[in-house]
Amino acid sequence: MTNIAIEINELNFSFESLLILENINMIIEQGDFAGLVGPNGGGKTTLLKLILGLYKAQSGKISIFGKPIKNQRKLIGYVPQYANFNSDFPISVEDTVLQGRLGISRCFGRYCRQDKAIAQKVMQETEIHDLAQRSIQSLSGGQMQRVLVARALAAEPEILLLDEPTANIDLRAEKDIFDLFKTINQRMTILIISHDIGFVSDYINKVFCLNKTLVCHDSTPVTSDTIHTLYGGHISEVHHHH
Amino acid sequence: MFEFFTTLASQSFLQNALFGGILASIGCGLTGSFVVVNRIGYMAGGIAHSVLGGMGVAYYLGLDPFAGALIAALLAALIIGVIKLKWQHQEDTTIGAIWAVGMAIGIIFISKSEGYNTNLMSFLFGNILIISDEQLFIMLLLDIITIVFVAVFYKQLVAISFDIEFAIVRGIHVNLFYLLLLCLIAITVVLLIQVVGLILVIALLTLPAAIAKQYVHSLGLMMLLASILGMLFTSTGLFISYEPDLPAGATIILVAGVAYFLSSLFKSLFRYKLQSRFKP
Repeated sequence: MTNIAIEINELNFSFESLLILENINMIIEQGDFAGLVGPNGGGKTTLLKLILGLYKAQSGKISIFGKPIKNQRKLIGYVPQYANFNSDFPISVEDTVLQGRLGISRCFGRYCRQDKAIAQKVMQETEIHDLAQRSIQSLSGGQMQRVLVARALAAEPEILLLDEPTANIDLRAEKDIFDLFKTINQRMTILIISHDIGFVSDYINKVFCLNKTLVCHDSTPVTSDTIHTLYGGHISEVHHHH
Repeated sequence: MFEFFTTLASQSFLQNALFGGILASIGCGLTGSFVVVNRIGYMAGGIAHSVLGGMGVAYYLGLDPFAGALIAALLAALIIGVIKLKWQHQEDTTIGAIWAVGMAIGIIFISKSEGYNTNLMSFLFGNILIISDEQLFIMLLLDIITIVFVAVFYKQLVAISFDIEFAIVRGIHVNLFYLLLLCLIAITVVLLIQVVGLILVIALLTLPAAIAKQYVHSLGLMMLLASILGMLFTSTGLFISYEPDLPAGATIILVAGVAYFLSSLFKSLFRYKLQSRFKP
């Protein structure tokens, strides 16, 4: 029997009388590598923040392993959009990654040895352990993205939620980071927001297309017609060869 | 020139002034670093200026103006904090209103009391040369509260300053810590009022921390360096102002301002040189 990691039922969300999300129903099973795609302004980030409990929905229900998010925060790792980031902050890579231990660490005051050991482990996995003492101000986009992934992993979550993790990096680095996600997926459920439907389709086993409401989900095959409904107008198909 | 040092050796008022500057610098280094990285100088300014209301009322009633200042500062911090958390889009207007209303209340009450001019001037611009032993003791107490709070909740305070949404996801009570941080600013403002006065507080709260941020890459080191710089600026300002009988508070701020200007200039020249070296 498979467990349901994230379940969303009849969710509606509006902001200042503007309907952003309408009648969302979604099931992500444990072990899934799910992609959430759609046009800008289609509500992808909003939906992710609703799952995270950062926003409150007007109606509908979201559960994480059968319980509301409030009781399940420890099971979730979150990688925010890099673009909105305060990269000017005086903090080292290691201290940034350690923040993932907040709310999980049993230590009072400072981070303890166990937290630091876990931080070391995830920095090795994301290949940033050489940068541990560097200030985040000196990192490239791709390096910073790995730091944010490591910070999310430091919580040792069951579900990893990522918002456009490859928006600021080149194609080669993008492939590397998706290979990393593939490895991580062997031990946890992943939901990833991407603008690049062609690229993610090589990795994910489930896709949700969102434009205010879910236009397609895993049971619908993604055809030119669905893409047309999703983005509207004419778009050119680009085939990736890896 | 040596009169400063001979007086310092023999006169307690100058010793108290020097100690007062050092104690104020500790608070301004710790709290100022949070003000700078959170970019909430305007909020800190609102808290600092509205304090005059509390000082004026306390003064009118014949109570200790600094007790009034502490109550007003904490009250203003909580009001501004709740506004920031609940009505974000109205933030700057409301802070501006609290800023001005606080000062207006203060002016009205002080004008109805005796000794209007001298006291108003020392509230606004500070009078480091008349710090009493009791005031030094209170400053020490406020410093200890600040140090203990920052030491115990360092992780949480860094987290909410760095990435507030991530802090929420990790289950931190961000609203509570945000309000506590503003209360910390309120306490520091009161600590600094005797030294530089409430109008100049913002400069001493932000300039040492802003300089420190140019050289270090952790918030802890930034606090340490900002505190040391603060001590350097208050002592130097006191020394320079003493013999020509200049206002000490204003001189301290000028020293800090010049240091900030020179440091920024140095940093940008250095960066320019570094960039041109790597040009092909």
